[in-house]
Amino acid sequence: MDKATTYQKRVNASTQNLSAIRNFVSEHAKEQGFSAQKVADIQLAVDEAYTNIIKHAYNNDSDQIVIINLEFDDEKMVVTLTDHGIGFDVEKYKKPSLQKQIERKRRGGMGVYLMRKLMDEVTYHAKNRKNVLRMCKNKN
Amino acid sequence: MKNFKIDHRTKNGLEVLDLYGELDAHTASQLEDSLKRLINNQKCNIIVNFSELDYIASAGLGVFMAYIEDVRGIGGDIKLTNMNDKVYNVFDLLGFPTLYDILENESEAVEKFLNEN
Repeated sequence: MDKATTYQKRVNASTQNLSAIRNFVSEHAKEQGFSAQKVADIQLAVDEAYTNIIKHAYNNDSDQIVIINLEFDDEKMVVTLTDHGIGFDVEKYKKPSLQKQIERKRRGGMGVYLMRKLMDEVTYHAKNRKNVLRMCKNKN
Repeated sequence: MKNFKIDHRTKNGLEVLDLYGELDAHTASQLEDSLKRLINNQKCNIIVNFSELDYIASAGLGVFMAYIEDVRGIGGDIKLTNMNDKVYNVFDLLGFPTLYDILENESEAVEKFLNEN
């Protein structure tokens, strides 16, 4: 086993915490030597993931908890977000058409697409009302 | 909210919204309120200046998606200007440049509006 550094944060599911979560993630990614562009990518992916949990897993119930875990080794960073709300199947997801969304005056539906674009690997496991989203970003 | 702010001014008879700070799912409602207010007052030639905006998430882009049809429906447009590379990158990833005018600076937006009207 190679050495890994981990950090964890438990937060209530509220958009009020978005800014603090972005800071938590970017601070550690910077400290571990990720480039400014990669830090920005990770920050946005985590923002989108956490926002999705608030809206879809927990239906804006801010009493609920999200656990964010950061794990670094020499090559990569792995972020996992764990919630106990309604599961969301990332695998079934299709890229939304911006044109169609605009015509329907619909917003949203872009978060998962961004997460997949910005990170090197995104996986999702839902079991017994425990949902774990795992996102990985390579350092080089 | 400390990390986001909007100022409203007019320039050459056009409405300009200056965005400051970070636009995410928490702060997007402020932008939505400002846009709604303009549309309700039939002020539909809108420039949004991003020069002081440091960060945007898809919830911020969603506001522009939700209102662009209304604005164009009453003969106006929302033109976006002065984005830094980081912010532009998010618009680009989601395909905005083909459907929205994203311009270098306000003068270009003013000129475009004048040519269109």
